[in-house]
This record gives sequence, structure tokens and C-alpha cells, in this order.
Amino acid sequence: MHLYTYDGSFEGLLTVVFEAFERKAWPTAIEQEQVAQPSMFGDTIRVVTDEQKSGRVWQGLQRRLSKGALEALYYTYLWEQSGFEQLVFDYARLAFESEESIEGNYTATCVLQVQQIHKQVHREKHRMEAFVRFQKSADGLFYATITPDFNVLPLIIRHFERRYADQRWAIYDTRRRYGAYYNLVSTAFINLETQAVSPKRYGVLTADQYDAEEAKYQQLWQVYFDHVNIPERKNPKLHLRHIPRRYWKYLSEKQPRQLKNLS
Amino acid sequence: MDSKINDKLKILADAAKYDVSCSSSGGKRKNDNKGLGNAEGMGICHSYTEDGRCVSLLKILLTNFCIYDCAYCVTRKSNDIKRAAFTVQEVVDLTINFYRRNYIEGLFLSSGIFKDADYTMERLVRVAKKLRQEHKFNGYIHLKTIPGASDELIKEAGLYADRLSVNIELPSEKSLQALAPEKNYSEILVPMGSIKQQLVQAKEESKLFKSAPVFAPAGQSTQLIVGASAESDQQILQLSDQLYKGYSLKRVYYSGYVPVSADNRLPIITEPPIIRENRIYQADWLMRFYGFDVKEIVDEQHPNLDLDIDPKLSWALRNRHAFPVEMNTADYEMILRVPGIGVKSAKKIVSARRFAPLQFEHLRQMGVVLKRAKYFITCQTKSLQRQDYESDQLRRKILFGDGSARSALLTQQLDLFRQVG
Repeated sequence: MHLYTYDGSFEGLLTVVFEAFERKAWPTAIEQEQVAQPSMFGDTIRVVTDEQKSGRVWQGLQRRLSKGALEALYYTYLWEQSGFEQLVFDYARLAFESEESIEGNYTATCVLQVQQIHKQVHREKHRMEAFVRFQKSADGLFYATITPDFNVLPLIIRHFERRYADQRWAIYDTRRRYGAYYNLVSTAFINLETQAVSPKRYGVLTADQYDAEEAKYQQLWQVYFDHVNIPERKNPKLHLRHIPRRYWKYLSEKQPRQLKNLS
Repeated sequence: MDSKINDKLKILADAAKYDVSCSSSGGKRKNDNKGLGNAEGMGICHSYTEDGRCVSLLKILLTNFCIYDCAYCVTRKSNDIKRAAFTVQEVVDLTINFYRRNYIEGLFLSSGIFKDADYTMERLVRVAKKLRQEHKFNGYIHLKTIPGASDELIKEAGLYADRLSVNIELPSEKSLQALAPEKNYSEILVPMGSIKQQLVQAKEESKLFKSAPVFAPAGQSTQLIVGASAESDQQILQLSDQLYKGYSLKRVYYSGYVPVSADNRLPIITEPPIIRENRIYQADWLMRFYGFDVKEIVDEQHPNLDLDIDPKLSWALRNRHAFPVEMNTADYEMILRVPGIGVKSAKKIVSARRFAPLQFEHLRQMGVVLKRAKYFITCQTKSLQRQDYESDQLRRKILFGDGSARSALLTQQLDLFRQVG
């Protein structure tokens, strides 16, 4: 019985892979230091993130896996659901111990699962690219908040950098409490936590902080959304399959209408 | 001022919504001028209407004033509706401001025909030009080509637009004459042919010169209205087949006719033929991605698609001699023809069987849907079926048996059909 603990970073997780191979002691559990419970049976191995060791593991994986498979493995880390560490480990171990490429071997459980997770995380990434709604603030910043199911903020930055090269924008993940800010040159991760504001108010602008035309365009978008619909073809089931209710909070077209455009 | 824009948007979005195309994919326009927007690669659906259609583009008419009187069209001259027209600047402002807030992928601009074809086309081109040149806009632009517009204008449109389309609307010359007497097929097919030529030419030039101007990189598409005239599915699908092959169209869209007029040249229907439209789309997919020939899907004996079951299942039931398909040895092309197995599943099967002989359990784990497929496949010669069924027994079993629930919409439409009949 071997419990490995690490600092929660991807590099840390790769270091765990290194240490386990070094000791030939395969983990029965991998947990983050902050949440790990000391194991009653067996030993606990506290792994310190090591750039050199994690780098060697990654290079080894690069020799054995395609770009797509490496991405799938990183996506599995961002998936963050229980057991993701063990999956990353199992996949890496299978890759190192197999003579030929393991990709496409969906008869192996971890390969199939990593492939499915890749798809899940990719879908959430794509949804965020679609459903993020920026609001223009008085100083010209385009601002949006998100609470994605998986930690996809690092994955969507490139998309928005290329799309909005000529406007300053910020996207804040209010659940994971960090964001990305683009200043017309490059993007940096930011943290908005201050004592002055309660966590519920992070990322919520007050009325006077909006650009003068913001409300107008939100309303025009609602008008457009209502009038592009064909009532004769109403199909609520299909509608919900495409935008499940949990995403409605992002969408200005799904917010209550102001009285004057109800006509 | 604002309420004026509000009203225009209401009228001109309403008038444009029957055009079903909303694709924003296939463009290769990168943001390499530090401008606004990026239209390379995949399209994105930013929202969905309550009828379940994707909202990807700001789809509006420049104006709904029109000199034509096409019976199926909500904007026809004789229809008593509110009319409005955007200015070029208003369309540009809406597009830019919606795009900056991540509401849309770009603009789909069409128009009623005022004065004449060239006058209208020239204004559409002016919007696109302004977006590209003054605002460095790299988002997606789809321009409708006005039938009868000059070659020069079409050529200029292609320089700014990612996609051009000319709508055929009615699937035969005869129906077009009856319902849209001012239009004719040649007027539609000529610009389509000219766009095709420009596309080929631009491609040739880009092989020779890297800096050759691009021409509508996302190609051209068209739309056919289903159910406003008497054509069979066979006629419709044959026409699509010719358009895909002869004019290299990227897409043919099908729009189930929504009753927008009480014109006596049109059939009296209470609801749009949604199921039929869906079956035609499925057949279209079979032609484009599943290697089916149009003759295999519809023929003289079966000129219309079966509304109860999808066209692939329908083909399989007519061609039982081709089954069962053994998952461990069959060609990819044949696996694709199994009802219920799509492109992704077929690829996974072909990939996984290199590692281990496949069993039904493997298929299930990979997410292959066996509800229909199980009647048509074997794994290592084993079948999930204990007995052989005749085709019509199988059809009934798939439709009603084994707890299969038919779509509520289908039941509803069939019930309506029975009440009328």
C-alpha cells in the first residue's frame, strides 16, 4: 500500500510518476497534500515537485505519445474529478511499459477513460468559448465571469487572444477564484480576491461601472434572439439539449426582458 | 434613435429567419492584422433558439422592401407587413458590437430586392467591405448573392465574404414558375456557376502565388424549401446530388416550409414538415459522409423517404443480403453502413480491433449504440440475436419493441396525419 501526496500541480503529478518508477512502488492512491488523510495501512510518500524529474517524465511521454494523446492526458488533469491522478498515472505507466503505441487501444480501461475525459473537457472548453458573454466596462475593458464544470480557463485563453487581439478583456472563474487578463500584448493570470469585497461580488460590476452603451447592446441582443425564433417550430427538448440550464446564467439572451421591449 | 434600431432589428431579423443556413465553419481567415476577430477552423454556435436551431451569425436582411412576389416568401411584395431598411453603418455597428461581446461569429447578410439586382448587391458588398477594410474585421461574413447581379459584383463580394450563397428555394423549374414567376432557374444557376469558377480560379492562383487574393474561402451553399411544392424526396435529393457534384457546393440546406402565406398556389398545411426535413438531412449526410449514392437512398420504387425510420436503417432493411457485418474483419466502409453506427464509432472500432478481438462488451464501453446495430452485426461470429427476423418484423421490433420509445414529435405528427386522413 503506497499513498503518494503531491502539491496539486501537473508537474507535481508527473514527479509522482517519476518517484513511483524509481521505487517500483506503484501507488494505491494519489492525493493532494492539503486534503490527504494519513493512511492507516502502508506508507505515505510525500512527493516534492521537481522540474527535472517531471521534465524527464514528460519527455519520455512525448517520445511515446502523439500530440493528441499528450493533450488528452493534460485534459485529464484539468478534469479534476475524483480519481484523475490515478488515471493519469495508469495511462503514463501503460505508455512506458508497452512496446507499441497504446493510443486507440480502447480495450484498456484507462485508455478508454482518458479518451472519454478528453472529449468531456473539450466539450466544456468549446461551450465556454461559445457561451462567455463579455460586458463592456466604462474604461473599455470587456469582462466576463465563468464557473465551468472543469478547469478549462487555461485552455480557452489562446482562442480569445486570437479573436480579440484589439480589445482588452478579462475572464474570471468565480468558482476556482482566478482569472485571465489580456492587455493587448499578452495574457496573465490574475487574482481579484480582496478583503473589501465579499466573494459573491467578485466579477460583478455595479451599474456605474458599465460602458454607456452596454445596456443598449444587451437589449438589442435580446430583441434579436426573440425574433430569430420560429414559434411554429418550437422544440424545448432540443433547445435544452443544446444549452442545458446550468449555462443560462452566462447568457444575456436568457435573462429577464425589460418591460419596454416586450412588445 | 435606439427604439428605431430596435424596431428595425425586430422586422429584419424576423424576415431573415427562414433562411436556415447558420454555418460559420470552413473559413480560413486568421487574425494576422491585430484586428478584430478570427474565423479560422471550427464554427461556434453561440446560442440556440427555442426551436433548437443554432445561432452563430447575426442573420438579418438589409431591407425587406422587395420588388418580387414569390408566393412562399414572407417578404413578397403583395404581403401586408411592416417594411424597414438598415443603413450600411447600422449593420456594421451591430455586427462589431455583438462580435466584441462574443454573441456571434459574424454576419449573414441577405436582402429583399429593391430597384434591381445590382443596386441591392452593391449595398451588401459595401457592408462587407466596410467591415473588412475600416474595422479590420476578421470574423465570418456570409453574403447572399442576389440572382441577376453582375459578375463583377459577385467577384468583389467573394473578396470580402467567407461564404456566398444563392438560394434555389424550389426544387424544380416548374414549381419556380408557378410560385416565383419573376425568377427562373438560369438566373440562379448562372451566378452559382460563376462563383464556382471563381473558386476554382482562386485556388489555382493561390497555388502559383502565395499572396493571391482569397475568394469566399468557405465556399458556397444554397437552400431548398421542402413541402411548398409537390416534388418527391427523390427529386430533391437528385437535385442536391447534382449541386454537390456539378457546382461543388459546400452545403445544401433544406427548409421545411413554414406557412407564411394563404396564397392559393401553396399547399394548405398547419405545421412545418419537420420530420420530413430531418429525414432529408439524414439522407444528405449519407451522401456526403457515409459513401452512399443517391440511387441507393431513393429510387423509382421508393421515391420518398420513410418518415418512421432513418434512411440508413431503411436501406439496411431493403438490403439484408449485405448483413450481418462482422466487426472484427469488415471494411470501414461497410461498418459505416450499419444502422446506428456513425463515423466516430466506426473509426473507434477499426482502431480498437488492432489490439484485441472485439466483443459486444467492448463496443458498449466505447459508447457504440447497439439499439439498432445489434440486428446487423456480429462480434467474432457471435450475434446478440437468438433468431433471424424478416425485414418487416425487424422494422416493427425497432420501432415498437424492446422498450423503444418513438419520438413524441413523430407520434404527434403521425396522429395529426391520421386525424386528417
